[in-house]
Amino acid sequence: MKTEFILDAALAIQRTILANEHTLESLDREIGDGDHYINMKRGASTVVEMQAELASLNPEAALNKIGLKLLSTIGGASGPLLASFFMSMSKSLKEHGDDSPTKIAAAFAAGVQAITQRGKANLGEKTMLDVLIPVAAQFESLAVLGHDAKFIANALSKTAETGMLSTKDLIATKGRAAGLGERAIGHIDPGAKSCQLMIEAVCQIV
Amino acid sequence: MKKFINKVDDILVESLSGFATAHADLVALNLNPNFLTRKNKARNKVAIISGGGSGHEPLHAGYIGVGMLDAACPGHVFTSPTPDQMLEAATAVHADKGILFIVKNYAGDVMNFEMAAEMLPFENATVLTSDDCAVINSTYTTGRRGVAGTVIVEKCVGSLAEAGADLTACKTLGDKVNIRTASIGVALTSCTVPAAGRPTFDLSVADLEMGVGIHGEPGRRREALREADAIVADCVEAILADFKTKNISTAQSEALLLVNGFGATPLMELYLLYNTAAQLFTQHGICITRSLVGNYTTALDMAGASITLCLLDDEIKQHWDSPVHTPALRWKM
Repeated sequence: MKTEFILDAALAIQRTILANEHTLESLDREIGDGDHYINMKRGASTVVEMQAELASLNPEAALNKIGLKLLSTIGGASGPLLASFFMSMSKSLKEHGDDSPTKIAAAFAAGVQAITQRGKANLGEKTMLDVLIPVAAQFESLAVLGHDAKFIANALSKTAETGMLSTKDLIATKGRAAGLGERAIGHIDPGAKSCQLMIEAVCQIV
Repeated sequence: MKKFINKVDDILVESLSGFATAHADLVALNLNPNFLTRKNKARNKVAIISGGGSGHEPLHAGYIGVGMLDAACPGHVFTSPTPDQMLEAATAVHADKGILFIVKNYAGDVMNFEMAAEMLPFENATVLTSDDCAVINSTYTTGRRGVAGTVIVEKCVGSLAEAGADLTACKTLGDKVNIRTASIGVALTSCTVPAAGRPTFDLSVADLEMGVGIHGEPGRRREALREADAIVADCVEAILADFKTKNISTAQSEALLLVNGFGATPLMELYLLYNTAAQLFTQHGICITRSLVGNYTTALDMAGASITLCLLDDEIKQHWDSPVHTPALRWKM
Protein backbone atom coordinates (compact mmCIF):
# COMPACT_ATOMS: atom_id res chain seq x y z
CA MET A 1 0.00 0.00 0.00
CA LYS A 2 1.17 3.51 -0.76
CA THR A 3 0.40 6.68 1.16
CA GLU A 4 -0.83 8.09 -2.16
CA PHE A 5 -3.66 5.52 -2.07
CA ILE A 6 -4.67 6.66 1.44
CA LEU A 7 -4.84 10.26 0.23
CA ASP A 8 -6.95 9.28 -2.80
CA ALA A 9 -9.20 7.21 -0.54
CA ALA A 10 -9.72 10.22 1.77
CA LEU A 11 -10.87 12.31 -1.21
CA ALA A 12 -13.18 9.54 -2.44
CA ILE A 13 -14.67 9.21 1.06
CA GLN A 14 -15.25 12.94 1.32
CA ARG A 15 -16.95 12.95 -2.11
CA THR A 16 -19.35 10.15 -1.21
CA ILE A 17 -20.23 11.62 2.21
CA LEU A 18 -21.02 15.02 0.67
CA ALA A 19 -23.04 13.39 -2.13
CA ASN A 20 -25.17 11.47 0.38
CA GLU A 21 -26.04 14.28 2.77
CA HIS A 22 -29.78 13.77 2.41
CA THR A 23 -29.65 9.97 2.83
CA LEU A 24 -27.49 10.08 5.98
CA GLU A 25 -29.43 12.95 7.55
CA SER A 26 -32.81 11.35 7.06
CA LEU A 27 -31.66 7.93 8.30
CA ASP A 28 -30.21 9.51 11.44
CA ARG A 29 -33.29 11.62 12.08
CA GLU A 30 -35.34 8.41 12.10
CA ILE A 31 -33.38 6.44 14.69
CA GLY A 32 -30.52 8.64 15.89
CA ASP A 33 -30.07 12.23 17.00
CA GLY A 34 -29.58 13.80 13.60
CA ASP A 35 -25.90 14.75 13.76
CA HIS A 36 -24.30 11.79 11.97
CA TYR A 37 -23.88 13.55 8.62
CA ILE A 38 -22.32 16.62 10.23
CA ASN A 39 -19.85 14.48 12.19
CA MET A 40 -18.90 12.40 9.13
CA LYS A 41 -18.50 15.52 7.00
CA ARG A 42 -16.28 17.13 9.65
CA GLY A 43 -14.18 13.95 9.93
CA ALA A 44 -13.78 13.54 6.15
CA SER A 45 -12.89 17.20 5.64
CA THR A 46 -10.38 17.09 8.48
CA VAL A 47 -8.52 14.19 6.87
CA VAL A 48 -8.56 15.80 3.41
CA GLU A 49 -7.14 19.00 4.91
CA MET A 50 -4.22 16.94 6.28
CA GLN A 51 -3.08 15.92 2.76
CA ALA A 52 0.10 18.02 2.82
CA GLU A 53 1.38 16.72 6.16
CA LEU A 54 0.35 13.12 5.39
CA ALA A 55 2.03 13.00 1.96
CA SER A 56 5.54 12.75 3.38
CA LEU A 57 4.68 9.93 5.82
CA ASN A 58 4.68 6.17 5.25
CA PRO A 59 1.22 4.49 5.27
CA GLU A 60 1.52 3.26 8.85
CA ALA A 61 2.44 6.71 10.21
CA ALA A 62 -0.20 8.40 8.05
CA LEU A 63 -2.98 6.15 9.39
CA ASN A 64 -1.89 6.74 12.98
CA LYS A 65 -1.87 10.50 12.42
CA ILE A 66 -5.37 10.31 10.91
CA GLY A 67 -6.58 8.37 13.97
CA LEU A 68 -5.17 10.87 16.47
CA LYS A 69 -6.58 13.81 14.53
CA LEU A 70 -10.07 12.28 14.34
CA LEU A 71 -9.90 11.60 18.06
CA SER A 72 -9.53 15.28 18.89
CA THR A 73 -11.97 16.62 16.27
CA ILE A 74 -15.05 14.40 16.03
CA GLY A 75 -16.07 13.92 19.68
CA GLY A 76 -19.07 11.85 20.71
CA ALA A 77 -18.81 8.10 20.18
CA SER A 78 -17.75 8.27 16.52
CA GLY A 79 -14.40 9.89 17.34
CA PRO A 80 -13.01 7.08 19.54
CA LEU A 81 -14.49 4.36 17.30
CA LEU A 82 -12.99 5.67 14.06
CA ALA A 83 -9.74 6.61 15.80
CA SER A 84 -9.43 3.10 17.24
CA PHE A 85 -9.87 1.68 13.71
CA PHE A 86 -7.11 3.77 12.14
CA MET A 87 -4.69 3.47 15.08
CA SER A 88 -5.03 -0.33 15.23
CA MET A 89 -4.72 -0.64 11.46
CA SER A 90 -1.55 1.42 11.69
CA LYS A 91 -0.18 -0.77 14.47
CA SER A 92 -0.79 -3.93 12.42
CA LEU A 93 0.96 -2.50 9.36
CA LYS A 94 3.89 -1.44 11.53
CA GLU A 95 4.25 -4.91 13.02
CA HIS A 96 3.59 -7.04 9.93
CA GLY A 97 4.32 -4.81 6.93
CA ASP A 98 2.11 -3.45 4.16
CA ASP A 99 3.45 -5.11 1.00
CA SER A 100 0.71 -7.68 0.23
CA PRO A 101 -3.09 -7.92 0.13
CA THR A 102 -3.00 -10.43 3.02
CA LYS A 103 -1.16 -7.94 5.23
CA ILE A 104 -3.53 -5.12 4.32
CA ALA A 105 -6.51 -7.40 4.95
CA ALA A 106 -5.04 -8.35 8.35
CA ALA A 107 -4.59 -4.66 9.20
CA PHE A 108 -8.19 -3.91 8.19
CA ALA A 109 -9.39 -6.80 10.37
CA ALA A 110 -7.32 -5.48 13.29
CA GLY A 111 -9.01 -2.09 12.86
CA VAL A 112 -12.47 -3.69 12.88
CA GLN A 113 -11.53 -5.75 15.92
CA ALA A 114 -10.56 -2.52 17.71
CA ILE A 115 -14.01 -1.06 17.00
CA THR A 116 -15.73 -4.12 18.47
CA GLN A 117 -13.62 -3.77 21.61
CA ARG A 118 -14.05 -0.01 21.97
CA GLY A 119 -17.80 -0.12 21.32
CA LYS A 120 -18.30 -3.44 23.17
CA ALA A 121 -20.49 -4.49 20.24
CA ASN A 122 -20.65 -7.34 17.76
CA LEU A 123 -22.43 -8.61 14.64
CA GLY A 124 -26.22 -8.33 14.59
CA GLU A 125 -26.60 -5.34 16.93
CA LYS A 126 -27.61 -2.83 14.22
CA THR A 127 -24.37 -0.87 13.99
CA MET A 128 -21.58 -0.24 11.50
CA LEU A 129 -20.13 -3.60 12.55
CA ASP A 130 -22.83 -5.35 10.51
CA VAL A 131 -20.95 -3.97 7.49
CA LEU A 132 -17.39 -4.09 8.81
CA ILE A 133 -17.23 -7.61 10.28
CA PRO A 134 -18.36 -9.48 7.11
CA VAL A 135 -16.19 -7.23 4.92
CA ALA A 136 -13.12 -7.86 7.09
CA ALA A 137 -13.68 -11.63 7.07
CA GLN A 138 -14.16 -11.77 3.31
CA PHE A 139 -11.16 -9.49 2.68
CA GLU A 140 -8.91 -11.86 4.63
CA SER A 141 -10.19 -15.04 2.96
CA LEU A 142 -10.06 -13.65 -0.60
CA ALA A 143 -6.57 -12.26 -0.02
CA VAL A 144 -5.34 -15.63 1.24
CA LEU A 145 -6.78 -17.29 -1.89
CA GLY A 146 -4.62 -14.94 -3.97
CA HIS A 147 -7.32 -13.06 -5.88
CA ASP A 148 -6.31 -9.78 -7.52
CA ALA A 149 -7.12 -6.41 -5.97
CA LYS A 150 -9.92 -5.49 -8.40
CA PHE A 151 -11.72 -8.80 -7.85
CA ILE A 152 -11.46 -8.40 -4.07
CA ALA A 153 -12.67 -4.78 -4.23
CA ASN A 154 -15.78 -5.73 -6.22
CA ALA A 155 -16.67 -8.54 -3.84
CA LEU A 156 -16.19 -6.32 -0.75
CA SER A 157 -18.44 -3.62 -2.20
CA LYS A 158 -21.25 -6.15 -2.57
CA THR A 159 -20.73 -7.61 0.90
CA ALA A 160 -20.80 -4.12 2.40
CA GLU A 161 -24.14 -3.46 0.75
CA THR A 162 -25.63 -6.75 1.99
CA GLY A 163 -24.43 -5.96 5.52
CA MET A 164 -25.85 -2.44 5.40
CA LEU A 165 -29.25 -3.70 4.22
CA SER A 166 -29.29 -6.38 6.93
CA THR A 167 -29.47 -3.69 9.65
CA LYS A 168 -32.97 -2.79 8.47
CA ASP A 169 -34.61 -5.78 10.12
CA LEU A 170 -32.54 -5.79 13.30
CA ILE A 171 -33.44 -4.62 16.78
CA ALA A 172 -30.67 -2.37 18.05
CA THR A 173 -28.90 -3.61 21.17
CA LYS A 174 -25.92 -1.25 20.85
CA GLY A 175 -25.32 2.17 19.36
CA ARG A 176 -27.57 5.09 18.61
CA ALA A 177 -30.88 3.21 18.36
CA ALA A 178 -30.45 1.00 21.44
CA GLY A 179 -33.13 2.89 23.38
CA LEU A 180 -35.77 2.44 20.70
CA GLY A 181 -36.33 -1.31 20.96
CA GLU A 182 -38.68 -2.57 18.26
CA ARG A 183 -39.34 0.95 17.03
CA ALA A 184 -36.02 0.82 15.12
CA ILE A 185 -37.09 -2.16 13.02
CA GLY A 186 -37.55 -1.19 9.38
CA HIS A 187 -34.85 1.48 9.52
CA ILE A 188 -31.31 1.11 8.15
CA ASP A 189 -28.64 2.12 10.68
CA PRO A 190 -27.01 5.40 9.57
CA GLY A 191 -23.56 4.26 10.77
CA ALA A 192 -23.85 1.08 8.70
CA LYS A 193 -24.89 3.18 5.71
CA SER A 194 -21.96 5.61 5.97
CA CYS A 195 -19.56 2.68 6.39
CA GLN A 196 -20.94 0.99 3.29
CA LEU A 197 -20.63 4.23 1.31
CA MET A 198 -17.01 4.67 2.38
CA ILE A 199 -16.07 1.07 1.56
CA GLU A 200 -17.75 1.34 -1.84
CA ALA A 201 -15.93 4.61 -2.57
CA VAL A 202 -12.53 3.17 -1.65
CA CYS A 203 -13.17 -0.07 -3.58
CA GLN A 204 -13.98 1.94 -6.69
CA ILE A 205 -10.52 3.55 -6.80
CA VAL A 206 -8.64 0.27 -6.39
CA MET B 1 -35.22 30.03 19.47
CA LYS B 2 -34.89 32.89 21.95
CA LYS B 3 -31.54 32.85 23.73
CA PHE B 4 -28.73 35.19 24.72
CA ILE B 5 -26.26 34.51 21.91
CA ASN B 6 -23.66 36.44 19.96
CA LYS B 7 -22.57 33.74 17.54
CA VAL B 8 -23.71 30.15 18.00
CA ASP B 9 -20.15 28.87 17.49
CA ASP B 10 -18.82 31.16 20.23
CA ILE B 11 -21.28 30.21 22.99
CA LEU B 12 -19.06 27.70 24.75
CA VAL B 13 -15.86 29.76 24.87
CA GLU B 14 -17.71 32.95 25.85
CA SER B 15 -19.58 31.16 28.62
CA LEU B 16 -16.43 29.43 29.91
CA SER B 17 -14.58 32.77 29.89
CA GLY B 18 -17.37 34.43 31.89
CA PHE B 19 -17.38 31.55 34.37
CA ALA B 20 -13.61 31.69 34.83
CA THR B 21 -13.62 35.48 35.30
CA ALA B 22 -16.56 35.41 37.72
CA HIS B 23 -14.85 32.76 39.83
CA ALA B 24 -11.25 33.82 39.28
CA ASP B 25 -10.56 33.28 43.00
CA LEU B 26 -11.35 29.56 42.61
CA VAL B 27 -10.74 28.37 39.04
CA ALA B 28 -8.42 28.84 36.05
CA LEU B 29 -9.38 28.26 32.41
CA ASN B 30 -7.27 26.77 29.63
CA LEU B 31 -8.47 27.05 26.03
CA ASN B 32 -7.42 24.75 23.16
CA PRO B 33 -7.80 22.19 24.49
CA ASN B 34 -10.55 23.34 26.85
CA PHE B 35 -10.28 22.46 30.52
CA LEU B 36 -10.60 24.16 33.91
CA THR B 37 -8.58 23.56 37.05
CA ARG B 38 -8.46 24.84 40.60
CA LYS B 39 -6.72 28.22 40.78
CA ASN B 40 -4.22 26.80 43.27
CA LYS B 41 -2.97 23.35 42.42
CA ALA B 42 -3.46 20.84 45.24
CA ARG B 43 -0.43 18.83 46.43
CA ASN B 44 -0.04 15.21 47.40
CA LYS B 45 -3.54 13.95 46.75
CA VAL B 46 -5.44 11.91 44.18
CA ALA B 47 -6.48 14.35 41.46
CA ILE B 48 -10.22 14.13 40.70
CA ILE B 49 -11.23 14.99 37.14
CA SER B 50 -14.69 14.99 35.63
CA GLY B 51 -16.15 16.23 32.39
CA GLY B 52 -18.86 15.81 29.83
CA GLY B 53 -20.93 17.72 27.34
CA SER B 54 -21.78 21.34 28.18
CA GLY B 55 -25.34 22.43 28.88
CA HIS B 56 -25.58 20.80 32.33
CA GLU B 57 -24.10 23.72 34.28
CA PRO B 58 -23.06 23.96 37.06
CA LEU B 59 -21.97 20.35 36.34
CA HIS B 60 -18.96 19.87 36.15
CA ALA B 61 -16.82 23.03 36.28
CA GLY B 62 -19.01 24.49 39.03
CA TYR B 63 -17.72 21.77 41.35
CA ILE B 64 -14.02 22.57 41.00
CA GLY B 65 -12.45 23.59 44.28
CA VAL B 66 -11.28 22.44 47.68
CA GLY B 67 -13.21 19.33 48.76
CA MET B 68 -14.43 18.41 45.30
CA LEU B 69 -12.89 18.37 41.78
CA ASP B 70 -9.36 19.27 40.70
CA ALA B 71 -10.30 19.74 37.04
CA ALA B 72 -13.19 19.53 34.58
CA CYS B 73 -13.24 19.02 30.80
CA PRO B 74 -16.24 20.59 29.05
CA GLY B 75 -17.25 19.28 25.61
CA HIS B 76 -19.46 21.13 23.16
CA VAL B 77 -23.16 21.29 24.08
CA PHE B 78 -24.33 17.72 24.81
CA THR B 79 -21.17 16.31 23.18
CA SER B 80 -18.46 14.51 25.11
CA PRO B 81 -15.02 16.10 25.51
CA THR B 82 -12.12 14.55 23.56
CA PRO B 83 -9.10 12.69 25.06
CA ASP B 84 -6.65 15.53 24.38
CA GLN B 85 -8.62 17.64 26.89
CA MET B 86 -8.45 14.94 29.57
CA LEU B 87 -4.74 14.28 28.93
CA GLU B 88 -3.76 17.94 29.32
CA ALA B 89 -6.03 18.46 32.32
CA ALA B 90 -4.52 15.38 33.98
CA THR B 91 -1.00 16.58 33.30
CA ALA B 92 -1.87 19.97 34.81
CA VAL B 93 -3.38 18.67 38.07
CA HIS B 94 -1.50 15.39 38.64
CA ALA B 95 -0.14 15.48 42.20
CA ASP B 96 1.80 12.18 42.49
CA LYS B 97 -1.09 10.05 43.78
CA GLY B 98 -2.82 9.22 40.52
CA ILE B 99 -5.90 10.44 38.67
CA LEU B 100 -9.52 9.48 39.29
CA PHE B 101 -11.95 10.20 36.46
CA ILE B 102 -15.64 10.54 37.32
CA VAL B 103 -17.66 9.89 34.16
CA LYS B 104 -21.41 9.83 33.54
CA ASN B 105 -22.38 6.64 31.71
CA TYR B 106 -22.95 7.85 28.15
CA ALA B 107 -21.34 5.99 25.24
CA GLY B 108 -19.41 9.00 23.93
CA ASP B 109 -18.12 10.06 27.34
CA VAL B 110 -17.14 6.51 28.28
CA MET B 111 -15.16 5.91 25.08
CA ASN B 112 -13.38 9.26 25.12
CA PHE B 113 -12.40 8.95 28.79
CA GLU B 114 -11.39 5.33 28.19
CA MET B 115 -9.00 6.33 25.42
CA ALA B 116 -7.59 9.12 27.59
CA ALA B 117 -7.08 6.65 30.44
CA GLU B 118 -5.19 4.27 28.13
CA MET B 119 -2.93 7.04 26.82
CA LEU B 120 -2.27 8.62 30.24
CA PRO B 121 1.24 8.07 31.64
CA PHE B 122 -0.03 8.20 35.25
CA GLU B 123 -1.80 5.66 37.45
CA ASN B 124 -5.52 6.19 37.01
CA ALA B 125 -8.98 4.77 37.67
CA THR B 126 -12.53 5.65 36.64
CA VAL B 127 -15.85 5.80 38.47
CA LEU B 128 -18.81 5.47 36.08
CA THR B 129 -22.00 6.99 37.42
CA SER B 130 -25.31 5.34 36.49
CA ASP B 131 -27.87 6.60 38.99
CA ASP B 132 -30.77 7.12 36.55
CA CYS B 133 -33.25 4.30 37.21
CA ALA B 134 -35.69 5.38 34.45
CA VAL B 135 -34.43 3.28 31.54
CA ILE B 136 -31.82 0.62 30.81
CA ASN B 137 -30.71 1.70 27.33
CA SER B 138 -31.30 5.06 25.64
CA THR B 139 -30.27 7.25 22.71
CA TYR B 140 -26.81 7.85 24.11
CA THR B 141 -26.21 4.93 26.44
CA THR B 142 -25.83 1.25 26.75
CA GLY B 143 -26.84 0.68 30.34
CA ARG B 144 -28.19 3.19 32.83
CA ARG B 145 -27.50 6.89 32.47
CA GLY B 146 -25.48 8.97 34.89
CA VAL B 147 -27.39 12.09 35.98
CA ALA B 148 -27.76 14.35 39.05
CA GLY B 149 -26.46 11.71 41.47
CA THR B 150 -23.05 12.43 39.94
CA VAL B 151 -22.89 15.58 42.08
CA ILE B 152 -23.08 13.45 45.25
CA VAL B 153 -20.37 11.12 43.95
CA GLU B 154 -18.12 14.09 43.12
CA LYS B 155 -18.69 15.64 46.55
CA CYS B 156 -17.96 12.48 48.56
CA VAL B 157 -14.98 11.30 46.49
CA GLY B 158 -13.59 14.85 46.47
CA SER B 159 -13.75 14.93 50.26
CA LEU B 160 -12.00 11.58 50.64
CA ALA B 161 -9.25 12.60 48.21
CA GLU B 162 -8.76 15.86 50.11
CA ALA B 163 -8.23 13.79 53.28
CA GLY B 164 -5.29 12.06 51.59
CA ALA B 165 -6.82 8.68 50.70
CA ASP B 166 -5.27 6.65 47.89
CA LEU B 167 -6.65 6.00 44.42
CA THR B 168 -8.20 2.62 45.26
CA ALA B 169 -10.04 4.01 48.28
CA CYS B 170 -11.41 6.94 46.24
CA LYS B 171 -12.60 4.62 43.47
CA THR B 172 -14.23 2.28 46.02
CA LEU B 173 -16.14 5.11 47.70
CA GLY B 174 -17.26 6.52 44.32
CA ASP B 175 -18.65 3.14 43.27
CA LYS B 176 -20.40 2.74 46.62
CA VAL B 177 -22.08 6.15 46.49
CA ASN B 178 -23.17 5.46 42.91
CA ILE B 179 -24.80 2.14 43.76
CA ARG B 180 -26.54 3.68 46.79
CA THR B 181 -28.00 6.51 44.68
CA ALA B 182 -31.06 6.46 42.43
CA SER B 183 -32.59 9.24 40.32
CA ILE B 184 -35.49 9.81 37.97
CA GLY B 185 -36.41 12.92 35.96
CA VAL B 186 -39.57 14.45 34.53
CA ALA B 187 -39.70 16.95 31.65
CA LEU B 188 -42.45 19.53 31.18
CA THR B 189 -40.87 21.03 28.04
CA SER B 190 -38.08 20.14 25.65
CA CYS B 191 -34.71 21.86 25.69
CA THR B 192 -33.28 23.65 22.64
CA VAL B 193 -29.66 22.98 21.63
CA PRO B 194 -28.33 26.33 20.34
CA ALA B 195 -26.69 24.82 17.24
CA ALA B 196 -29.91 23.02 16.32
CA GLY B 197 -32.09 26.08 16.88
CA ARG B 198 -35.27 24.15 17.51
CA PRO B 199 -36.61 22.03 20.41
CA THR B 200 -35.01 18.57 20.68
CA PHE B 201 -38.40 16.89 20.98
CA ASP B 202 -42.07 17.79 20.77
CA LEU B 203 -44.02 17.77 24.00
CA SER B 204 -47.52 19.23 24.01
CA VAL B 205 -48.60 21.64 26.77
CA ALA B 206 -50.83 18.91 28.18
CA ASP B 207 -48.13 16.22 28.46
CA LEU B 208 -44.99 15.33 30.40
CA GLU B 209 -42.12 12.89 29.70
CA MET B 210 -41.59 10.54 32.66
CA GLY B 211 -38.00 9.33 33.04
CA VAL B 212 -36.48 11.90 30.68
CA GLY B 213 -32.68 12.07 30.36
CA ILE B 214 -30.59 15.21 30.78
CA HIS B 215 -30.36 15.76 27.00
CA GLY B 216 -34.09 15.45 26.44
CA GLU B 217 -33.75 11.84 25.35
CA PRO B 218 -36.86 9.70 25.84
CA GLY B 219 -37.73 8.19 29.18
CA ARG B 220 -40.28 5.60 30.24
CA ARG B 221 -43.45 7.08 28.82
CA ARG B 222 -45.28 10.12 27.60
CA GLU B 223 -48.30 10.89 29.77
CA ALA B 224 -50.82 13.57 30.60
CA LEU B 225 -49.72 16.30 33.00
CA ARG B 226 -51.22 15.66 36.45
CA GLU B 227 -51.04 17.33 39.83
CA ALA B 228 -47.52 17.45 41.30
CA ASP B 229 -48.20 15.01 44.13
CA ALA B 230 -49.15 12.24 41.68
CA ILE B 231 -46.01 12.84 39.59
CA VAL B 232 -43.77 12.77 42.66
CA ALA B 233 -45.48 9.59 43.89
CA ASP B 234 -44.52 7.84 40.63
CA CYS B 235 -40.92 9.06 40.96
CA VAL B 236 -40.66 7.91 44.57
CA GLU B 237 -42.09 4.54 43.63
CA ALA B 238 -39.56 4.13 40.79
CA ILE B 239 -36.67 4.97 43.12
CA LEU B 240 -37.81 2.58 45.84
CA ALA B 241 -38.33 -0.17 43.25
CA ASP B 242 -34.78 0.42 42.00
CA PHE B 243 -33.25 -0.12 45.45
CA LYS B 244 -35.34 -3.25 45.79
CA THR B 245 -34.00 -4.55 42.45
CA LYS B 246 -30.47 -3.75 43.61
CA ASN B 247 -31.21 -5.63 46.83
CA ILE B 248 -30.40 -2.62 49.00
CA SER B 249 -32.69 -2.23 51.99
CA THR B 250 -34.16 1.25 52.47
CA ALA B 251 -36.00 0.53 55.72
CA GLN B 252 -34.81 2.69 58.65
CA SER B 253 -32.20 4.22 56.32
CA GLU B 254 -30.85 7.72 56.62
CA ALA B 255 -30.86 9.47 53.27
CA LEU B 256 -29.92 12.57 51.30
CA LEU B 257 -32.75 13.91 49.13
CA LEU B 258 -31.74 15.98 46.11
CA VAL B 259 -34.42 17.76 44.09
CA ASN B 260 -32.71 19.06 40.98
CA GLY B 261 -34.04 21.57 38.45
CA PHE B 262 -33.40 21.05 34.73
CA GLY B 263 -32.90 24.75 34.03
CA ALA B 264 -36.28 26.36 33.48
CA THR B 265 -38.25 25.34 36.56
CA PRO B 266 -38.41 27.89 39.39
CA LEU B 267 -37.10 27.09 42.86
CA MET B 268 -40.60 27.62 44.20
CA GLU B 269 -41.77 24.52 42.29
CA LEU B 270 -38.65 22.55 43.21
CA TYR B 271 -39.40 23.09 46.92
CA LEU B 272 -43.00 22.06 46.31
CA LEU B 273 -41.69 18.79 44.82
CA TYR B 274 -39.26 18.40 47.70
CA ASN B 275 -42.09 18.81 50.20
CA THR B 276 -44.05 15.88 48.75
CA ALA B 277 -41.02 13.69 48.08
CA ALA B 278 -39.74 14.07 51.66
CA GLN B 279 -43.16 13.16 53.06
CA LEU B 280 -43.49 10.08 50.86
CA PHE B 281 -39.99 8.77 51.59
CA THR B 282 -40.62 9.33 55.32
CA GLN B 283 -43.82 7.31 55.06
CA HIS B 284 -41.69 4.49 53.64
CA GLY B 285 -39.50 4.49 56.74
CA ILE B 286 -36.66 6.52 55.27
CA CYS B 287 -35.22 9.29 57.41
CA ILE B 288 -34.24 12.30 55.27
CA THR B 289 -31.39 13.95 57.18
CA ARG B 290 -29.62 15.77 54.34
CA SER B 291 -31.16 17.87 51.56
CA LEU B 292 -30.16 19.75 48.43
CA VAL B 293 -32.65 21.68 46.32
CA GLY B 294 -31.74 23.72 43.23
CA ASN B 295 -30.25 23.62 39.74
CA TYR B 296 -27.28 21.28 40.08
CA THR B 297 -27.45 19.18 36.88
CA THR B 298 -29.36 21.02 34.20
CA ALA B 299 -30.45 20.30 30.63
CA LEU B 300 -30.11 23.77 29.05
CA ASP B 301 -33.57 25.38 29.16
CA MET B 302 -35.65 22.29 29.83
CA ALA B 303 -38.51 22.75 32.30
CA GLY B 304 -38.68 19.83 34.66
CA ALA B 305 -36.90 18.29 37.59
CA SER B 306 -35.29 15.13 38.87
CA ILE B 307 -35.50 13.47 42.25
CA THR B 308 -32.43 11.72 43.65
CA LEU B 309 -32.19 9.65 46.81
CA CYS B 310 -28.81 8.66 48.23
CA LEU B 311 -28.82 6.15 51.10
CA LEU B 312 -26.28 7.34 53.65
CA ASP B 313 -23.95 5.37 55.86
CA ASP B 314 -21.43 6.87 58.29
CA GLU B 315 -18.71 7.14 55.64
CA ILE B 316 -20.91 8.79 52.99
CA LYS B 317 -22.40 11.14 55.60
CA GLN B 318 -18.97 12.21 56.80
CA HIS B 319 -17.81 13.03 53.27
CA TRP B 320 -21.04 14.79 52.31
CA ASP B 321 -20.80 16.99 55.43
CA SER B 322 -17.11 17.86 55.10
CA PRO B 323 -16.04 21.39 54.08
CA VAL B 324 -16.32 22.32 50.41
CA HIS B 325 -15.59 25.52 48.50
CA THR B 326 -16.52 25.55 44.81
CA PRO B 327 -18.46 28.03 42.63
CA ALA B 328 -21.69 26.00 42.96
CA LEU B 329 -21.41 24.21 46.30
CA ARG B 330 -19.95 25.75 49.43
CA TRP B 331 -20.23 25.07 53.12
CA LYS B 332 -18.16 25.13 56.32
CA MET B 333 -15.33 27.10 54.68
